[in-house]
Amino acid sequence: MGQKGTMNPFKTVKEEIDYSPIVGDEVKFSTCYMCACRCGIKVHLKDGKPRYIEGNPDHPVNKGVLCAKGSSGIMHWNSPAKLTKPLLRVGERGSGDFKEIEWDEAMKIAAQWLGETRRKDPGKLAFFTGRDQSQSLTGWWAARYGTHNFAAHGGFCSVNMAAGGLYTLGGAFWEFGDPDFDRTKYFMMLGVADDHDSNPIKTGLGKMKTRGDCKFVAVNPSRNGYGAIADEWVGIRPGTDGLFIFALIHELLRAEKVDFASLARYTNAPWLVIDNPGGADHGLFLRNKKGDPLIWDLKKKKAVSAHSKIITPAFAGERKVAGKKVVPSFSHLAERYMAAEYSPDAVAETCGIPADTIRRIAAELAHAAFEEEVFIDQPWTDAWGKKHDKMIGRPVAIHAMRGISAHSNGFHTCRAIHVLQALLGSVDTPGGWRYKPPFPKPIPPGAKPTPPHFTPLTPMSGPPAGFPTDPKHLVVDDDGQPLRIDKAFSWEHPLSLHGMMHMVLRNAATKDPYGIDVLFMFMANMAWNSSMNIGETLGFFTAKNDDGSYKVPKIIYSDAFYSETIPYCDLILPDTTYLERYDCLSVLDRPFSQGHGVADGIRQPVVELDRDVRTFQSVLLELGAMLDLPGMINADGTPKYPGGYPDYLVNHEREPGLGPLAGWRGKDGDKFGRGEPNPKQLEKYIENGCFWEDKMPMSKQFFKHANKEYLEYATHMGWIAEAKPIIHQLYNEDLQRFRLAAQGHGDHQPPEEHRERTQTYFDPLPMWYKPFEERDMDASGDTDEYPIHALSQRPMHMYHSWGSQNTWLRQITNANKLHIHKDMAADIGIVDDDWVWIESRHGRVKGQVKLITGVNKNTVWTWNAIGKRKGAWGLKHDSPEFNQAFLLNHIISDVLKPNKHGYEYSNSDPVTGQAAWYDLRVKITKCAAEEFGFTEPMYEAPNGPISDADISQYGKDMQGETTASRTDIKEWIGQRHENAGSIPGIKDGHGNTIKGDKS
Amino acid sequence: MHPAKSVIYFTTATGAGYGLFFWLALLSFHNHLPADKAMGFVMLAVSFGLIITGLLSSTGHLGHPERAWRALSQWRSSWLSREGVMAILTFIPMGIFGVYWVFLDQNTGIAGVVGMVGAVMALVTVFTTSMIYACLKTIPAWHNIWTKIGYLVMSLMSGAVLVMALTTVFGMVDIAFHLFKPVGILLVTGLIVKAIYWRHIHSGKAVSTAESATGLGGFGKVSLAASPHSADNYLLKEMGFQIARKHATKIRLIAVILGFVLPFILIGVAMHYLQDMGRVLILCLATASCLLGLVFERWLFFAEAKHVVTLYYGQDKV
Amino acid sequence: MTSLPKTAPKKKLGLVIDLDICVGCHACATNCKEWNTGAKSAPLTDLNPHGNDPDGVWFNRIHTFETMSETGDSRTVHFPKSCLHCDNAPCVTVCPTGASYKREEDGIVLVNEDICIGCKLCSWACPYGAREYDETEGVMKKCTLCIDKIYNENLPVESRAPACVSTCPTGARSFGDLGDPNSDVSKLVAARQGYNLMPEQGTKPVNKYLPPRPKQDGVDAVPRTLEYADDEKGAAPLLARWVDKILSV
Ligand SMILES: Nc1nc2c(c(=O)[nH]1)N[C@H]1C(S)=C(S)[C@@H](COP(=O)(O)OP(=O)(O)OC[C@H]3O[C@@H](n4cnc5c(=O)[nH]c(N)nc54)[C@H](O)[C@@H]3O)O[C@H]1N2
Ligand SMILES: Nc1nc2c(c(=O)[nH]1)N[C@H]1C(S)=C(S)[C@@H](COP(=O)(O)OP(=O)(O)OC[C@H]3O[C@@H](n4cnc5c(=O)[nH]c(N)nc54)[C@H](O)[C@@H]3O)O[C@H]1N2
Ligand code: SF4
Ligand code: SF4
Ligand code: SF4
Ligand code: SF4
Ligand code: SF4
Ligand SMILES: [Mo]
Repeated sequence: MGQKGTMNPFKTVKEEIDYSPIVGDEVKFSTCYMCACRCGIKVHLKDGKPRYIEGNPDHPVNKGVLCAKGSSGIMHWNSPAKLTKPLLRVGERGSGDFKEIEWDEAMKIAAQWLGETRRKDPGKLAFFTGRDQSQSLTGWWAARYGTHNFAAHGGFCSVNMAAGGLYTLGGAFWEFGDPDFDRTKYFMMLGVADDHDSNPIKTGLGKMKTRGDCKFVAVNPSRNGYGAIADEWVGIRPGTDGLFIFALIHELLRAEKVDFASLARYTNAPWLVIDNPGGADHGLFLRNKKGDPLIWDLKKKKAVSAHSKIITPAFAGERKVAGKKVVPSFSHLAERYMAAEYSPDAVAETCGIPADTIRRIAAELAHAAFEEEVFIDQPWTDAWGKKHDKMIGRPVAIHAMRGISAHSNGFHTCRAIHVLQALLGSVDTPGGWRYKPPFPKPIPPGAKPTPPHFTPLTPMSGPPAGFPTDPKHLVVDDDGQPLRIDKAFSWEHPLSLHGMMHMVLRNAATKDPYGIDVLFMFMANMAWNSSMNIGETLGFFTAKNDDGSYKVPKIIYSDAFYSETIPYCDLILPDTTYLERYDCLSVLDRPFSQGHGVADGIRQPVVELDRDVRTFQSVLLELGAMLDLPGMINADGTPKYPGGYPDYLVNHEREPGLGPLAGWRGKDGDKFGRGEPNPKQLEKYIENGCFWEDKMPMSKQFFKHANKEYLEYATHMGWIAEAKPIIHQLYNEDLQRFRLAAQGHGDHQPPEEHRERTQTYFDPLPMWYKPFEERDMDASGDTDEYPIHALSQRPMHMYHSWGSQNTWLRQITNANKLHIHKDMAADIGIVDDDWVWIESRHGRVKGQVKLITGVNKNTVWTWNAIGKRKGAWGLKHDSPEFNQAFLLNHIISDVLKPNKHGYEYSNSDPVTGQAAWYDLRVKITKCAAEEFGFTEPMYEAPNGPISDADISQYGKDMQGETTASRTDIKEWIGQRHENAGSIPGIKDGHGNTIKGDKS
Repeated sequence: MHPAKSVIYFTTATGAGYGLFFWLALLSFHNHLPADKAMGFVMLAVSFGLIITGLLSSTGHLGHPERAWRALSQWRSSWLSREGVMAILTFIPMGIFGVYWVFLDQNTGIAGVVGMVGAVMALVTVFTTSMIYACLKTIPAWHNIWTKIGYLVMSLMSGAVLVMALTTVFGMVDIAFHLFKPVGILLVTGLIVKAIYWRHIHSGKAVSTAESATGLGGFGKVSLAASPHSADNYLLKEMGFQIARKHATKIRLIAVILGFVLPFILIGVAMHYLQDMGRVLILCLATASCLLGLVFERWLFFAEAKHVVTLYYGQDKV
Repeated sequence: MTSLPKTAPKKKLGLVIDLDICVGCHACATNCKEWNTGAKSAPLTDLNPHGNDPDGVWFNRIHTFETMSETGDSRTVHFPKSCLHCDNAPCVTVCPTGASYKREEDGIVLVNEDICIGCKLCSWACPYGAREYDETEGVMKKCTLCIDKIYNENLPVESRAPACVSTCPTGARSFGDLGDPNSDVSKLVAARQGYNLMPEQGTKPVNKYLPPRPKQDGVDAVPRTLEYADDEKGAAPLLARWVDKILSV
């Protein structure tokens, strides 16, 4: 730096610029885990420390971009809250008094606790994992251990979307499908703030809007984020989307703007439903001897198998077949949604959307689907062997997430949306919504939950979770009472596919249905932002029996950071961060495939561990070996996977040839999907940037549910058992079976107290009902007392609780405000920055307000998970996260008001058990002046570690040496490719690479 | 704008110091001041003291005071640089004048001429100081002629009050009487200039608006829905300083009374009704009051000045 | 010699920001921070990183505005802002040391931290809040247009773009030579009526903003309507019609 040069005070000093500093000593590829989107990253390392993390341009998920979280990975790794050693509790639960122990001791204790339980009754272990991405391992481990009490976090996350989708289309929104942003002409997004497909959605929206030939409609009470760039914002009243969708369907049906051809072939719309009120077969499909459902063929004038190669089905009309009165299921559907109660005029007020707007949107949907068809010049063959010379797309794409699912009516609303897609004929068509392989799967997928066996030292015969289609699949005792600790798969929530982690602590502490011995948790902040009703939940953690022992006797927990949950557990198994470990993003878990092809990937350690922590998955495998779990030890009792998780990734086979990773299988690495383990598999992944992708030819890319070529490929890959078409279940017979049971049919009937509930909510067609909080308030006359809907949303730059330990991200948001419509504020008499009490029937929390106009006038919202508990996350006690930020979780009850039997159901969807976070109703009052400035409730701080940093100068010593040369710049046009079409002269390509350019 | 103590002290002290020097040189030039060593030393010491401590205080708040010398290089374009250069250049005639007076017992003739050169340059320096602020288009409250006039008048005024007190201290009552009228006029002018300035900044039409700052005016009225950061960042701490109207009015009243009205009355009383020690004391009090008032005036000069960057943080016009 | 190039540089490197598609995700802000904290202006110091009132040096920030028309139409607009590399940069002319300068060869406005005295005057002169004082280092810092990334031969070509540009998930940011009317960025600006922020300040910014495009919420356009197949309400008449109808299968 010779710039200091001259001492002549009057001379202008010219700066010499280092144009080409060496960025790092090394670049390593891996996969981001600042959220579950799983983007490819390139980590530049300097002296072993991350210098810069950028997106991997070749990665199928993010194609080079990184979001705000991903770009802050350095500060995640640099967190003040990182755990450093195994911890054993020495004080009371909640005190945060631990002693550090060695891993040997920690493993011994864990193995002892788990071993004792397994020798008594393996089912007394409740193993619940949070938002991890290794459920195929954890689920397998639980089954080998022998407990049925296993689930991941989906019950409080978005199981309504999974269930609604898997029981209707065999795929789902969430991360199992995505819009065809490249071709769509009309995109409707319902209730999404950021979601898992974070970067693909953003990239897609940018492209689509830039292309300019598409309309983007955001249906959301809030206009933030994606809503801001929508061409139309529909500020719906929370919990009423079902009605809105029905009104759209109402309009489309009345105008006959539905894709009958698609309905005939790909859906059960023409399947004949038995009409036999009171009978045990009422509402079920009429089937032939082979079990095929039947349709009425108008040409043949008789009932034929729905699977026949050529059909000319009737969509309406009662007929008599084999002595039974039958009607096509479409008749039921049309009859229901054409009823006056679902007309735009009828729903307008409840939804807060003018009837004319609904009518117009219906017309626009019809126009896009039927007048703006897109064609791909690509012949393909359908599942019945019929050849099509091109792919015809109905370019209406829809995406929906927790704004739909986090309500107690979310399952049905989600199904309603899928029905709308099917009616428009836009499922997996060009321009529509696409499955991501390995989806679609049979509707629903085949696995069934396995009931407990109460036998010591014995593995389960099957997976803990599955997809019930019949009351006999429920995990209940002979009296119909729940057998799982979370009461999943019971009559209370029969289709709780992902378990109900949010009920585990209450149930275990109140020993309802029974007490457990060990609670083993991984990666879920259950003592704070992942629980409703935090106050009582903390009480469940610390509840004691008369003899002074804890009601939940032992709690083992693996976290990577000092979260709010740490102080409440007995044994802490500290995990690594995502930059320090091998990890697997498997097709067996939550794949990051895209519509055009399947993909999976790994993480590799890019920085060296500097503390005494271990990868949880490896710890789990080692524990398995210590417990002699079958599959985790060799015949001689030695560990099967001594190399830990990476060893397992390469060598574990679920069935011969099928393992966690699909790429570079076979001894020589020349096979994919199926093939023997390849010892060099991980190296291959690393060489390829830590991901594997099979881009399918266009002929496989659409109509996957009925595309012969695709279905055969999926069978080969082991995703589906046989290459049969997957017929969309608009009318769902499985649901009807539960309803029939409630009506007194069959061997497995609900206990009396759940009969009415099952009968009501197991409607084979999507229905709408008031969210439970509102229903209960109506019943007790409290509706006017709590007139306001209160929601939370994910900030795009924060990930649940992890964000706040991040030096950079917390500067963006460290205190959340309650966003209120200006008109509402005027009514209540509050102004910007006032402090208010937000009060529900369950409690009250205090926060500061921000007045806006982009929100439904009956709704308030705030950012999710910004409020933190003093003592956690390594933050100093004066941090705004503790003192000004707040969580709505404090005032969301985890149970509903007692019903007429005095029973308190979980505050969840009655079908799936999905936590109903967004049913919350509140009133808002201005605080007294002396109450301004700090949030309440405020809990005492446990003895967590506290950062002593006053200043952070990361990177100060990282400036690379110069090489003093430079090359000329290239232009970078955001969405260059899409711009090329609409703006004359702009070169086609991607980013700064121009098509045809050689560099 | 954030009213930083160092800058408030810098501008008021150097203003008063240069003003004082101006009067000393002028009076000397016109042969009104005896070339008394001790008196010269004390009077010049006050002037130099104010100027030097003022300048030091201005460098004290720099991130790198040791590099302050670099601030001389951009005199072609930068008013801050010009101020630095002028301050240094002005020290030359001022210093020579001081040497003549304090060491050679001479403050007229050549010394007087050199002093006058220094006096003019002192005023130019004050002008350059004012231009540091007045050249900032981003701060309409400063970017106007009243800023420049204000700095000059306040400098001359505070210098005059000072010189009046000092001459009285040294028993030169007749000179003080001589100065009585100009001081009175300056106090009244100062008040008028300030009044006009205040009227100007409050009646002034918005220079920039949230609409022009964002270019979103075509869609209607623009308001801030979310700040980039939860906490105040550098920009807000430095430029987002806000003062409540009520508070400002109060401080303005204090500035007016202490800076102008009270000195005016005290000087009148001292010259007409008092003698000897009483007069000296009251004149010193008037000086103290005037300088203190100017500190309040200067505090307001910063505190009331709105920066256009605040348009990105919730202000609707500046 | 005055500090601004005598004639505005021919080459004007800068950014084009598309407000029509920015979703306000803050990616450009944090990726900028990440690149630059180890680059020319290293470090971008953070104060109170884990305590109250955390505050750091950022070159790029995302604001969110709402607009309200006289007829009651409102919209939300996310609004990223970094240095606009003005042609007529007041931050340069006020600088007493010459530490703040505009490059003749490409128009990038930079701070030479080795001679900056930390007087903050440039931050007062910038209308856009694009200057960042690093209290710990005692110098002014600002967006460098990633000068050590865009020209960097040690990076693959696809990384040679400003960090905020290459990371932007929606593609709302573009980068190039706005002095060349034939460049892609210039064409983009022309096609989309790119505009300057606070033109009345006379700064002549190089960076341009592309305005949000008109909504298509049916307020202005003639609304589409559906023709009902049967005017009678309820399902019965239509269902009756469908009983024997082959519905275009
Ligand atoms: N009010 C309200 N509450 C909500 C929601 C809402 O919308 N509103 N959303 C709900 C939903 S959908 C979800 S998914 C939950 C999410 O909430 P949580 O499941 O609580 O998610 P996080 O807090 O992100 O992470 C859980 C824990 O994982 C730890 N962790 C992070 N990285 C690692 C790692 O590498 N290894 C290990 N072992 N641990 C790690 C973190 O330190 C943290 O303690 O919140 C729920 N809570
Ligand atoms: N940046 C970031 N990304 C994340 C996460 C994160 O914490 N941060 N978390 C990940 C996880 S675990 C999950 S589950 C996903 C969830 O992803 P999202 O579903 O996008 O997350 P939410 O924040 O729950 O957003 C719900 C949206 O629904 C709206 N909404 C609420 N009620 C209704 C309603 O009744 N109708 C309609 N139409 N809209 C409604 C809310 O205003 C909000 O915009 O995001 C994942 N991605
Ligand atoms: S969306 Fe962001 S946080 Fe999530 S994986 Fe991708 S880059 Fe990482
Ligand atoms: S990264 Fe792109 S979309 Fe996100 S805030 Fe920046 S400009 Fe907007
Ligand atoms: S935006 Fe501000 S800092 Fe950047 S060149 Fe313009 S005036 Fe200077
Ligand atoms: S802070 Fe530095 S760059 Fe800014 S004006 Fe002062 S010396 Fe120049
Ligand atoms: S160009 Fe570089 S320095 Fe400037 S805002 Fe973008 S990333 Fe930051
Ligand atoms: Mo979630």
